[in-house]
Amino acid sequence: MGALVEEFPVILGAFWLTVRLTLASAVAALVLGTVLAAMRVSPFAVLRGVATAYVNTLRNTPLTLVIVFCGLGLGLVLDVSFSESLSTNYLWLSIIGLSAYTAAFVCEAIRSGINTVPVGQAEAARALGLTFTQNLRFIVLPQAFRAIIAPLGSLLIALTKNTTVAAAIGVAEASLTMKSLFERHQDSVVAIFFGFALAFLVLTLPTGLFFGWLSRRLKVAR
Amino acid sequence: MSTVLYDTPGPRGILRNRILTFVFAAALLAGLYFAYLKFDEKGQFDAALWEPFLQGDVWVNLIIPGLVNTLSAAAVAALIAVPFGFVFGIARLSEHKWIRVPAGAVVEFFRAIPLLIMIFFAQYGGSAVLGLTVTSFTAVVFGLVLYNGSVLAEIVRAGIQSLPRGQTEAALAVGLRKGQVMRLILLPQAVTAMMPAIVSQLIVLLKDTALGFIVAFEDLLNAGARILPANFQNLIPAVIVVAIIYIIINVVVGLLANWLERRSRRSRKTTIKPVEAPQSVGVG
Repeated sequence: MGALVEEFPVILGAFWLTVRLTLASAVAALVLGTVLAAMRVSPFAVLRGVATAYVNTLRNTPLTLVIVFCGLGLGLVLDVSFSESLSTNYLWLSIIGLSAYTAAFVCEAIRSGINTVPVGQAEAARALGLTFTQNLRFIVLPQAFRAIIAPLGSLLIALTKNTTVAAAIGVAEASLTMKSLFERHQDSVVAIFFGFALAFLVLTLPTGLFFGWLSRRLKVAR
Repeated sequence: MSTVLYDTPGPRGILRNRILTFVFAAALLAGLYFAYLKFDEKGQFDAALWEPFLQGDVWVNLIIPGLVNTLSAAAVAALIAVPFGFVFGIARLSEHKWIRVPAGAVVEFFRAIPLLIMIFFAQYGGSAVLGLTVTSFTAVVFGLVLYNGSVLAEIVRAGIQSLPRGQTEAALAVGLRKGQVMRLILLPQAVTAMMPAIVSQLIVLLKDTALGFIVAFEDLLNAGARILPANFQNLIPAVIVVAIIYIIINVVVGLLANWLERRSRRSRKTTIKPVEAPQSVGVG
């Protein structure tokens, strides 16, 4: 227990980084995922093909590989640089990897949400003369989003846990910090593990409850 | 659903769609060309970087051993995780509170924490607490079993709970004991229904083996991102080739899951619908 108290500021800093990684990747993944979902239902075969290929590729690739590709491939080999500071640069590269990976799952969730919207809604919108974009924006997507709040919540929880994979390219978020604390305090490995596990529970459980409440509250009455 | 979103285009619509398709295709090609230029600028299309993949011994000595390690870690983890899932899934449905509650706590705990910190814990905890040397293989399998086993336990529970109550009641009425009801009546029907979900979770497990890369387990990703680049300085080509191998394996197993799902939909063993796979967001 002593180690946990002693290292409390370090642990807090690590989890703050985890939270920032999660939120930044979540926003990027939601935007990219929505665009991909719109592409997958669009009237243009080119866009449908690109989005389908993207989703199938990313969903079948391990996240660790995606992050390693972003960190080492983009960062070291192709010299993609966002910041002078090396650690900030790897932070951004890991956000790219996490959001690119999660976007594929967001796209699939939105697509299943679109399928829950009754056909009559889209048909009525067309009958009123709405174009494809208007149809998606005003009629279908608002209902689809309200139907998939719970799945999006599970995705956010999974993303919170997935940010630990950024450890693969040396981003000092919670899991990598836990590893270095293990090395520093070999006598209290168990206490440190349960401390970190508890902190993850504190992050994920309220998220689950909140999204459950939100999905019941915003459910489309049919 | 997708075709309901827009009208069948008339002559002007077709023309507009053609023009827009052309614009999108051009934008896409421009993007690809930009990526090509970026890659070319860094010499990523040099034959020397891709040539190793044409040599038999690179495959035999570097890539295949990694693939074998990945597959064996996945196989061992799956062989332990599936029984783990059944035991804990059934335990959560027990009538005895002292079995139900601890089983539920274990399952919920391991589902809520990241797989990677379990792997780190196995690595460091094994030597610090028990005085054992934990190989990276063991650490990876340990984490995979606890996490995926817990997810499988939820699938098993959902599968058994989706059966109509009348099945249990009728079985008890004809005089079967509780164990017999589970073994003879509930499980045979539930397994059919949850097979597709189990296979999807095993794909997640296979993808998650890539986490072994972080603890220096010599898996397929390690071959692509450490060993090959160390020999040929070809990180990007190596990672792309390894990604293609992962995708091929996952797509093949995914086809198996789809086939199982179609089969269980028309199965006469049970009338219940297949259990839906949980949000299968692989960590790995």
